[in-house]
Amino acid sequence: MEFRHKHILGINELSRDDIVTILDTADSFKEINSRDIKKVPTLRGKTIVNLFFEASTRTRTSFEIAGKRLSADTINITASSSSVTKGETLEDTARNIEAMNPDIIVMRHAASGACHYLAERINSSVINAGDGAHEHPSQALLDLFTMRQHKGTIEGLTVAIVGDIGHSRVARSDLYALNKMGANVRLCGPGTMMPVGIERLGAKIYTDMNEAIRDADVVMMLRIQLERQGKTLLPTLREYAKFYGLNVNNLKLAKPDALVMHPGPINRGVELSSYVADGPQNVILDQVENGVAVRMALLYLVSGVERSEV
Amino acid sequence: MTYSTTVILDGPGVGRALTRIAHEILEYNKGVGNLALVGIRSGGDRLAAELCRRIEQIEGKTAPLGAIDIGMYRDDLASRGTVEVGRTEVPFSLDGKNIVLVDDVLFTGRTIRAAMDALIDLGRPRTIQLAVLIDRGHRELPIRPDYVGRNLPTSRDEKIDVIFNADNCAAEVRLLKPQV
Repeated sequence: MEFRHKHILGINELSRDDIVTILDTADSFKEINSRDIKKVPTLRGKTIVNLFFEASTRTRTSFEIAGKRLSADTINITASSSSVTKGETLEDTARNIEAMNPDIIVMRHAASGACHYLAERINSSVINAGDGAHEHPSQALLDLFTMRQHKGTIEGLTVAIVGDIGHSRVARSDLYALNKMGANVRLCGPGTMMPVGIERLGAKIYTDMNEAIRDADVVMMLRIQLERQGKTLLPTLREYAKFYGLNVNNLKLAKPDALVMHPGPINRGVELSSYVADGPQNVILDQVENGVAVRMALLYLVSGVERSEV
Repeated sequence: MTYSTTVILDGPGVGRALTRIAHEILEYNKGVGNLALVGIRSGGDRLAAELCRRIEQIEGKTAPLGAIDIGMYRDDLASRGTVEVGRTEVPFSLDGKNIVLVDDVLFTGRTIRAAMDALIDLGRPRTIQLAVLIDRGHRELPIRPDYVGRNLPTSRDEKIDVIFNADNCAAEVRLLKPQV
């Protein structure tokens, strides 16, 4: 097994073999989460700082639990309670944290590329927990893990990703990851939410949702990020739900055993009807559960790479 | 580096050693009653399965069988870099059981230390016993086996290979001496 990434900044930097190594490692760690004593001593004595400049419950909690189950010490810093509100720059914040010698910094930031910027300037490993509209690698990896768990393999699957592709770092990471693993990716959303030229990254583009999800193995719905956009992209949420919402009727167009996925948090009645969100095909909570195992794998794998290497 | 190879145990030799160990386990524990076997990946788990088959042939009853991976419990993560972590599968409760931990080669004892930590995280066995196919010496921790297939004094630079056939049965044990 060869894994030589000190940082996890994006799926784009990972090879297919790296992704398989991460998923296989996560498979081994998953068993710990069902034990009575959910803790192994693997990362004892390591310090992990969760540096979150944007609101997050799921991802931050997931990374925190993952670190704790591996016996690392995890510390959370959120922007609202930190010196960021006092005007400190990202680099100064990072240097100050680094002076306390953490082993891994898990960062979420509103600016695309913020994690690369940090990784170039400090000695600790950096794991990207979402940077702007760029990448969200741990989410894509847990999506792949969940698909592999239910479908056995990822190669050859048809995956439809529906929603605000332009603002979605999840869509971008999933697109890279699925392409590397040999799946067919369809992207679907209103024209205002579809970045120009994204088909060059290896996807088929649809504006008609029915066509996009027809015979798909996986339908991945994205959240409409109300906090990230003005009113210009959408006339009304009701209209969006009508044309790009997943409901019991249009889900029938996908394969009968198609999986319904969502990175959360769900806007019920907008991109997902409650019948579908709670229906038998949804694996949304499996995604959350698998997220802990996948993040344990990432923390473990970057810890094994010597600081002098890379 | 090149090695010269000596066969220490052939297929029938391994079989006889395992049969004797199976008898000794049953004698010491007075039957299958509260017994369970747990093999350490990725050689001990296959030997544990062979011991389990023999115990069933002798007693007519089966003992529960599990496998653990000690990757997560190693004490050398920093110096060795990332090692592959495999799956731990112990589909029964360890509480109150007499556990026989099975490994192929006993060397420094550090693997066994890690395996005992792993077992104790899963439950509270009444006893943990240790069965190994080869004890090659050079212990670094106060650990001793209860059941041994063959004691084999070695030097540190020699290697022991336990070869398994396609049915996951131990077919041969080889000693590899480095050629100067």
